[in-house]
Amino acid sequence: MSAVLRNPPLPPMQESPGLWALAWRRMRQDTVGMVSLVIVAIFLAMMAGSYTGLIAKDWNKEKGVSYANPAFLAGAENLEARSMAAKDATAKAPPVDLSDIDPLAPRYKEWEERAARIAVTETKRAEVLPFGGDKWGRDVLQKAIKGSQISIFVGLSAALLATFIGTMLGAAAGYWGGWANDVLEWVYNVFTSIPYILLILAFAAVATATGKFGKGIVPIVLILSLTGWTGIYRLMRAEYIKHSNREYVKAAQAIGASNWSRMFIHILPNVSHVALVQLSQHVVGFIKAEVILSFLGFGVPVDMVSWGTMLAEAQNELVIGKWWQLFAAGASMAILVTAFSLLTDSMRDALDPKLK
Amino acid sequence: MTNLILQVQDLDIAFQVDRKSEPFRAVKAISFDVPTNTTVALVGESGSGKSVTAMSILGLLPHNAIVAPSSRITYFGSNPGSAGGRDLLKASRDQLQSIRGKDISVIFQEPMTSLNPVFTVGEQIAEVLRLHMGMGIRQAGARAIELLGEVGIPNPQLRANSYPHEMSGGQQQRVMIAMAIACEPKLLIADEPTTALDVTIQRQILDLVASLQVKHNMSVLFITHDLGVVGDIADSVVVMQAGEIKEQGPVKAIFEQPQHPYTKALLACRPRLDARPRRLPVIDDFMKGEGRVSVGDRARGTTPGDPIILEVKGLTKTFFLKEGLFGKRAVPAVRNVSFSLPRGKTLGLVGESGSGKTTVGLTLMRLHDATSGEVLFEGKDLLALSEREMMAYRRRIQIIFQNPYASLNPRMTVGHILVEPMKIHSIGSGERERVDMAFQLLKRVGLSEQSFYKYPHEFSGGQRQRIAIARCLTMKPDVLICDESVSALDVSVQAQVLNLLQDLQDEYGLSYIFISHDLAVVKYISDRVMVMNEGAIVEMADSDEIYRHPREEYTRKLLSSIPKGYQLAALPS
Repeated sequence: MSAVLRNPPLPPMQESPGLWALAWRRMRQDTVGMVSLVIVAIFLAMMAGSYTGLIAKDWNKEKGVSYANPAFLAGAENLEARSMAAKDATAKAPPVDLSDIDPLAPRYKEWEERAARIAVTETKRAEVLPFGGDKWGRDVLQKAIKGSQISIFVGLSAALLATFIGTMLGAAAGYWGGWANDVLEWVYNVFTSIPYILLILAFAAVATATGKFGKGIVPIVLILSLTGWTGIYRLMRAEYIKHSNREYVKAAQAIGASNWSRMFIHILPNVSHVALVQLSQHVVGFIKAEVILSFLGFGVPVDMVSWGTMLAEAQNELVIGKWWQLFAAGASMAILVTAFSLLTDSMRDALDPKLK
Repeated sequence: MTNLILQVQDLDIAFQVDRKSEPFRAVKAISFDVPTNTTVALVGESGSGKSVTAMSILGLLPHNAIVAPSSRITYFGSNPGSAGGRDLLKASRDQLQSIRGKDISVIFQEPMTSLNPVFTVGEQIAEVLRLHMGMGIRQAGARAIELLGEVGIPNPQLRANSYPHEMSGGQQQRVMIAMAIACEPKLLIADEPTTALDVTIQRQILDLVASLQVKHNMSVLFITHDLGVVGDIADSVVVMQAGEIKEQGPVKAIFEQPQHPYTKALLACRPRLDARPRRLPVIDDFMKGEGRVSVGDRARGTTPGDPIILEVKGLTKTFFLKEGLFGKRAVPAVRNVSFSLPRGKTLGLVGESGSGKTTVGLTLMRLHDATSGEVLFEGKDLLALSEREMMAYRRRIQIIFQNPYASLNPRMTVGHILVEPMKIHSIGSGERERVDMAFQLLKRVGLSEQSFYKYPHEFSGGQRQRIAIARCLTMKPDVLICDESVSALDVSVQAQVLNLLQDLQDEYGLSYIFISHDLAVVKYISDRVMVMNEGAIVEMADSDEIYRHPREEYTRKLLSSIPKGYQLAALPS
């Protein structure tokens, strides 16, 4: 065998392009994939921008009249704003003269003079906002941008964590079989035998009561991922059972590859498409689940906004014909989710050399 | 002129692979005839266009196929020979529907995937009868049982109620044949019907097709890559390569006086029982025009004094199947097998599927845990070693699997596949050296340097098997187990891979355990042959000895199953 070594060395060859470089090259050919990548990147930039306060900093300011019209519907009648204005007007009307019975009456004048010395600037509330306003006159567009921060963070990180948990456990159960499989199947059965909402609520109650999961949105991420891994686990387990008996894995064992390397270097890339599809579906699912949690009072704190809370508000607004908040939240969610699943699709294609 | 049942004229089919590129021409203006009551064999390697031709007769071409307007496939049906034929390429869907299954029927390569697993075989045959012959349920059921008896299924009354998975591969193929002849077709198209089967079963199926052809007065279009199997049953042969017909004529002329170099090459590259050239001739030898490369015969055999590299004593492997809730059933796969492998020699392991030959290979590699026995490698019992101690020996015994499509990880480049084992066993001082070694090995197995950057799916079956061989060579093994390594390949590619294995043995002194169901291949490559049946050794002897004087009945049965076409194929040398 040493004859192989004694052969003269070959002329230097170009460096081998790695798997990722090749995948990127294939991805660049894919128009749909690139467009989705750009859209997802815009959303992520939006999220980063609102986190650092570069954009949508004053989403909480009441800038417009109640339910201000969106710019493209500027002329529409706004009954809500008018009735609010009427209320304000009645509030400002001079009080009825009660000086004969009011012991404080002689002092009114003095107080009025004092009050006049304090400069009060009446902010003129805008009649029209770019994408309309909500009940308090907050800019819906800014709310949607600020809301992306929480929704994307919750959806993406909970889905990533759930996919990670599901993949690891599924790989262990499917690859090792035996008692590892038995134990994990038992855990899986326990988790799936409890109704989903009830399970979430149980976790949420523990999280809020003990405070051990932290504050703000971190507990939501943990709750969703700790309850949401089951479906991914089941699929990954099936894939691992199927693949661990394939010849290429046997061949890897024959060359002496370790169990770890067989599980994650050999099999995982061949089943990653399942995980990626699950990931994109769970992002959608978790953004929606955050709505339910917020609605039940376990979700995002009241001083924050998410697409979920916007959708919850929009329920009442829709009855009186104010549809733009629903539209803003729904459209942002739809665009992100579509782009994200198309992106995972073309990522799968780019990473899978067979499928072309 | 004899009466024709089918006439193919100027058939030209191209595939639009993607929108930008030129259509790929799979079949290039071919013409041939199928006369009544005859068997015509369509022979060619993978990619020669033979299956596309068959599918176009049935109107089963995929959507991206473009058939040239000048092509004609005339089916003469009930009035053969007259001008009343019908052009199948221009027939409507309904017309084709009524012809398919009734007048023209087909048998595919994989019986398991062609049968519906949720219906009994009786029901499936009866369905065909009810659809095309208008029979009632009871009548169709009775006829189905008759048909099962006719194709040689024992106990047809009982077996009609079996599901496909309860039958062996050979029986499934018989059921497929019963379905195909149920409506008394005038033309039977058999698309590689025996490729997936063992040599003994192949023999039975070939005999069955031949006898049914005579009995039912039908014509058979028999498609295969193996010229050897058609020698027995065909009346005339059409040889195709790269979409063109290279030669056609009566079977006797094709076998005895082949005109085209390609036909000669196909006949010569099949290993024969009566000679053992130093190298098998390959297609290129003939196509380049030198004709037959004359090299002397290679002597084979072992002597008692040969140094032994691997000795197996009393190897037993029992699988346990779960039965019921607590029950277990022991299925012995390998029973008390003992043999020794001399250094630098080849031990052939033959037997039908289920004989335990593959299990022996996997157990030696410790890919299965043996139930009992010893595997002594240079005096050390491999089965007693811990996983860590085994690592040092792992690289010295390597295995090449049957299916090169399944044994290479589709998500790794060839470079990664070759460098990985060197990394695991710390062969070579660094990445640089390992990559250099990978390049040298690629060259050694006859692949270009560019292959390093490609993925397995970009290669053909033979090339993939070369990659698998190169992967084993990276570890510089002493023993190489070839588990049906050439069985999935075309005859012509098989010759190239066998030559490569032989060259490597000559160069590096490798010892092979060569597992195969193909007796001619085993005879060609082996010094010593071990015949297995039902997990036990039937007979073991030097290869010339066992083929010339088989002692056991089972060995004789195996040898008599080899298609006789091989003997006809013996060229005057």
